[in-house]
Amino acid sequence: MSTVTVQLFASYADLLGAPTVELPLAPGTTVQDLLHSIRSLPGASSLPSAPRVAVNRTFAESDQLIEPSDEVALIPPVAGG
Amino acid sequence: MRRASILTSEINPASLIKEVGSQQYGAMSLFIGTVREVNDGRSVSAIEYSAYKSMAGAELERILEEAEARFAVSALIVEHRIGLLALGEVSVAIAAAHAHRAPALDCTRYVIEEIKKRVPIWKKEHYTDGTREWVDPTRAAQVPSA
Repeated sequence: MSTVTVQLFASYADLLGAPTVELPLAPGTTVQDLLHSIRSLPGASSLPSAPRVAVNRTFAESDQLIEPSDEVALIPPVAGG
Repeated sequence: MRRASILTSEINPASLIKEVGSQQYGAMSLFIGTVREVNDGRSVSAIEYSAYKSMAGAELERILEEAEARFAVSALIVEHRIGLLALGEVSVAIAAAHAHRAPALDCTRYVIEEIKKRVPIWKKEHYTDGTREWVDPTRAAQVPSA
C-alpha cells in the first residue's frame, strides 16, 4: 500500500511529538479519512474535532481525495501578524 | 508591483515606503505590527514566530493578488518576520500605494485581517516567568492582538 507524509507544525507537532507522520494511503482516501487515521496516533486525542488541512499548500475540504504525491499538512490555528 | 516576503532578518518599514512610493500616487498606507509586552494579562518577554514557509508564501501571494484586484492599488508589499523577536520589534509590515487614501487604507487593513485568518504562521510566547505557550486565537478570552 502507498503511504503519504503529513507535516505537522507548532502545537500539533508538540502534541504528536514529531514534525511529520507517515500514514498508509488506500486508493480513494479523503482528507476526512486521513484525519481519522491521525486520531489513532499517540498524542492525537487532544487535536480539535476538525483541524484545518492543507493539500499542496492550499486549504482543503474534508472530501478532497489524497494522492501519495500530495504535500499534506495539518494547520493549527494561525497566529501571524 | 507587488511583493510578499517571509524573512528572518529585521524588517525596515521605511524601505517598504520607499519601494512603493512614487509621484504618481497621492497616498501611501503603512501598517506595522510589533511585539507587545502583555498578552491576555500575561507579561511577555519575547515571541518566537514559525511558519509553514512554502504555504505561507503562497497564501501571502494569494492575499496580495486579491487585495490588488479589490482595491486597485498601484503597489503593495508585505513582509513577515519569523524567528525570535524581542519586545517592540516589527513582526509584520504592509505598505500600499494608490492615487487616493481610502483604497490605500482599506487595502492594508484587508491584508492584515486575511493574514490573521489564513496564513500558516504561529507564535510561541515567552513569558517573563520562564514559561512558553503557543498562541491560539481561536480560544476564548484572548484580547485581539496587532
